[in-house]
Amino acid sequence: MLRTRIIPCLQLIDDSLVKTIKFKKPSYIGDPINTVRIFNELEVDELCFLDIRASLQNRSPNYKILSEIANECFMPLSYGGAIKDEFTAKKILSIGYEKIILNTAAIETPSLITKIAKYSGNQSVVVSIDVKKSIFGSYSIFSKGGSKKIKINPVDWAKQVEEAGAGELLITSMNNEGTWSGFDIEMIKIITDSVSIPVIANGGAGSITDIGRAVLEGGASAVALGSMLVYQQKGMGVLVNFPDAKKLKRVLE
Amino acid sequence: MIVIVNYGMGNLGSVANMLKKIGANYIISSDIDTIRNAEKLILPGVGAFDTAISRIDKMGLREIFLDLAFVKKIPILGICLGMQLLMDSSEEGVLPGLGLIKGKAIKFNFDSKDKLKIPHMGWNDVILNNSSIITNGYQNDIRFYFVHSYFVKVEYDINSILKCNYGIDFDAAVQNNNIYGAQFHPEKSHRFGIQFFKNFVEL
Repeated sequence: MLRTRIIPCLQLIDDSLVKTIKFKKPSYIGDPINTVRIFNELEVDELCFLDIRASLQNRSPNYKILSEIANECFMPLSYGGAIKDEFTAKKILSIGYEKIILNTAAIETPSLITKIAKYSGNQSVVVSIDVKKSIFGSYSIFSKGGSKKIKINPVDWAKQVEEAGAGELLITSMNNEGTWSGFDIEMIKIITDSVSIPVIANGGAGSITDIGRAVLEGGASAVALGSMLVYQQKGMGVLVNFPDAKKLKRVLE
Repeated sequence: MIVIVNYGMGNLGSVANMLKKIGANYIISSDIDTIRNAEKLILPGVGAFDTAISRIDKMGLREIFLDLAFVKKIPILGICLGMQLLMDSSEEGVLPGLGLIKGKAIKFNFDSKDKLKIPHMGWNDVILNNSSIITNGYQNDIRFYFVHSYFVKVEYDINSILKCNYGIDFDAAVQNNNIYGAQFHPEKSHRFGIQFFKNFVEL
């Protein structure tokens, strides 16, 4: 049976591993290489890396760190952060990543989605959508690491990028990210109902129960985890860990 | 020397990373003479069937592959699309496949569209069908990482080494004498994939 993918979503700022709360206050977690070694030994399904400040700081991806990771990890790898053109995408693919994650660049140049999809297939293009819920309950999307509001409705944008050739969506709730309060199931559901490509739910997971809800109630095909995997518990110290396989199986069935 | 064929399709970097990890000698090449003199050949591939076949034909590789497969009889491994290219044909295209193993690639087709997504993407369990050197060391609970929209059905069951199910049973690994194919990505499948490559390298 096809397993629901549980994906550690690791935040980088250049060569450091960090963790944010609601996209702000990045705390230093450690050296990414040591962390991915642990996830490699734990045989996790897939790893996702996001350089959360690369677009904002107008930097290039840190190819050195990314290559070191790809040389250690024999599992599917995806990377996002400052992939602003086809050249950068091809370089990331060539060092051993099979998925390119686009966010800011997809908004600024939607044709890039189509170009990369033509080159390496739809399955290789993940569009990341950062969604914020206003106090009035309406949703809007943000680019540049959550700093720039874009006047497009998340559902319209999801449909548009699917049409352009995205093979998958990474949907992050900016309100819930790093809070351990659970996914924004309602928002995930709105998106999964309107596209047919797989949706990865991200932002807010605090327990195994949250993972089950994102899949069973939200309709997510995969779940991304952050804080839960790098901290011992909410408000406690760094401890790289992964949920027990049997417990996961129980909530996903 | 193992030659990873670079015909402009697919993720050669991860296959190379894996061979490096297990200490095998390899070269990534698109050079006709290098490919002709290969001791072992790996044919990776991501993309469309006809695009891949027409590149292979344009580079003059079809005859070389046939010679390596049937005259020199060197071990050849096709991965993902690379495995589908070994077949006679694919529903994805109109061009003839390499025909190194009898069979064809068929599109996944599910009536209830929202139940099973296409491509079949993620980790899935496989079961041993016919025994083969390529599956040495595997017991129960074998899983691999898959990404594909077309699946292979070989004509003769004897060529089916590993089977998988995604809405329908299909062939996850195939073999015809010195020709091997993996629908999954062994280069992305942890120790399961490391074992697979070790078996291929040790052939």
